[in-house]
Amino acid sequence: MEKESRLIEIFYRSLYRIRRVEEEIVAVYPTDKIKSPVHLSIGQEFVSVGVCEALRPSDAVFGTYRGHALYLAKGGDLRKMIAELYGKQTGCAKGKGGSMHLADAAHGVMGTSAIVGTTIPVSVGYAYALKLKRADSVAVCFFGDGAVDEGNFHESLNFAALKNTPVLFVCENNFYAIHSHHLTRHHSDNLCERARAYGMPAVRIEGGDVFKVYDVARDHIERMRRGESGPVFLEVITCRWKEHVGPGEDFHLGYREEQEVACWIKGDQVPRVRGMLDEQICRIIENEVEQEISKAFRFAEESRFPEAAELYKDLYKE
Amino acid sequence: MERTLSYSEALREALEQEMAADPTVVLFGLGVDDPKAILGTTKGLLERFGQERVFDTPLAEDGMTGAAIGMALAGLRPVHVHIRMDFLLLAMNQIINMAAKMHYMFGGDLYAPLVIRSMIGKSWGQGPQHSQSIYPLFMNVPGLKIVAPTTPYDAKGCMVQAIRDNNPVLYIEHRHLYYQKGYVPDHLYTVPFGKARVLNPGDDITLVGVSQMAVECLRAARHLEEIGIKAEVIDPVSLYPLDIETISASAVRTGHLIIVDNSWMTCGAGSEILAVLAERGLLKKIDVRRMGFAHTACPTTPTLEAHFYPDAGKIAVSAHDMLSPGKRWSPAGELHREEVEFKGPF
Repeated sequence: MEKESRLIEIFYRSLYRIRRVEEEIVAVYPTDKIKSPVHLSIGQEFVSVGVCEALRPSDAVFGTYRGHALYLAKGGDLRKMIAELYGKQTGCAKGKGGSMHLADAAHGVMGTSAIVGTTIPVSVGYAYALKLKRADSVAVCFFGDGAVDEGNFHESLNFAALKNTPVLFVCENNFYAIHSHHLTRHHSDNLCERARAYGMPAVRIEGGDVFKVYDVARDHIERMRRGESGPVFLEVITCRWKEHVGPGEDFHLGYREEQEVACWIKGDQVPRVRGMLDEQICRIIENEVEQEISKAFRFAEESRFPEAAELYKDLYKE
Repeated sequence: MERTLSYSEALREALEQEMAADPTVVLFGLGVDDPKAILGTTKGLLERFGQERVFDTPLAEDGMTGAAIGMALAGLRPVHVHIRMDFLLLAMNQIINMAAKMHYMFGGDLYAPLVIRSMIGKSWGQGPQHSQSIYPLFMNVPGLKIVAPTTPYDAKGCMVQAIRDNNPVLYIEHRHLYYQKGYVPDHLYTVPFGKARVLNPGDDITLVGVSQMAVECLRAARHLEEIGIKAEVIDPVSLYPLDIETISASAVRTGHLIIVDNSWMTCGAGSEILAVLAERGLLKKIDVRRMGFAHTACPTTPTLEAHFYPDAGKIAVSAHDMLSPGKRWSPAGELHREEVEFKGPF
């Protein structure tokens, strides 16, 4: 029971931290200090948190331009992330990637991409290498329901199944590719069936329960580590609260009903998990996180912009 | 007696020796393990290194390029083979959006050492979609290295260098080069990128040929020799980085320069070289011409195809015309391929 409570604390810290970081981004955004488009994860954090808590530092994750939650949940350096959004030299990409291109190799964050679906085959190749090295690590690729439209998705699932690579595909289905609903792009609501057709187990998780995501992910990941399972596809139903890109809401555009989001706000995992903990513990966690966030933003503010000489650096690896 | 191998044998030897020396090297692509073994260049490698390191792939050029990037991120050194350069067009997304950006976009935190082998087709009715040579598209993309070795010696040394390089390297082969023979040492060695090779010294005119066009330039030089014209033939070997200095020095010395692209000329290697020379103010002293594919799709029938490609005869005529304007001349007869075997050592 004690372990259970410890786990809940870890989950709460991660959920609260990601939510508050992005709320700070929303607050700062109008000042134009953030020199990067931002695709916020608010509302979808539970997917990254649930999966990443089942991972080890040596496991690798790959993500998308909506990657703040993944980067932070996997252990990416918060200060470097905020500095990157500010376009500073101390950013995780030295100001060359911005919000859409986060990486922290030391913590297994192996890159996020602004081209939909492009990290899927990369994760499969990474997993192939893990298998070749007889490692007990896994690769996890996060992408949205838009990515399943891309050829890369299908090429990747086929190859992953063919070679039985230890890769977990996590499709965060928030139903919209920018403003296009999943059913205006797909004949049927059958993403899991498609994955099964390529030769892998597929699980659809509805309801937005972070612990459910964790349990399912952990079971499959542990089987992969033991060499008992190849690739697995998870479809996690979720909801993007904010606009596709930017800090605001987008109900005025009329492509979706406010009600679609309202029910997700009602089931928000941040207050739900908070309610499982003692108030005092929550306050300690929140206080620590708030301090960490203020320090990170201060670090970004105080860091320098890169000098002109930085422009040509790191184009080629020596 | 110096050791002689064909281009394809040199390529195979490079792969075999480097795979034996470095267990992180993996080799894959359509047909690498089939009976034809990419015209022999992958022959015997499956048997020696096993199917985890040498494997056939689904017909998924973009996906497999992405997979190669992932393998590279995880510490492998993948070599991805395409039996036609045209197929790279199916992998442009991963090559340009991902591989070329992998190091820079993450501020140096990640890097992807990978080799993309592709072969330019020609003749025997290859036609519009099996003969394309699209290296100019890639020369426009920062983050890639591009090599197109011509000699068996460079084929081996550049392949070893490409595998050891920590960046994405496009390794461009030409089907007609496969049977060229030349000196190849039996040990592992590298040929550094960014250094052009003078295949034939001369003082009267400089001929620069990319990939198989370097062979056509050599043959043209033989024709020209018969009428007393000494042509210097330069093979750039690597297109990025490009050794402009060797070309520039030779052109300044001879005062005449023909660049023969193994592709369409627009925004090609010739355009790039001439643009740099122009910026340096050198074109006042040098007569220049560009040659390359006719600006149309490559036709299948040999009668039209003959007009599509530059060849030794056309290059020789052009060179003669530059040196002796208004005087008509054309070389007699066709030279045999054997006459331009590559002599070493380099």
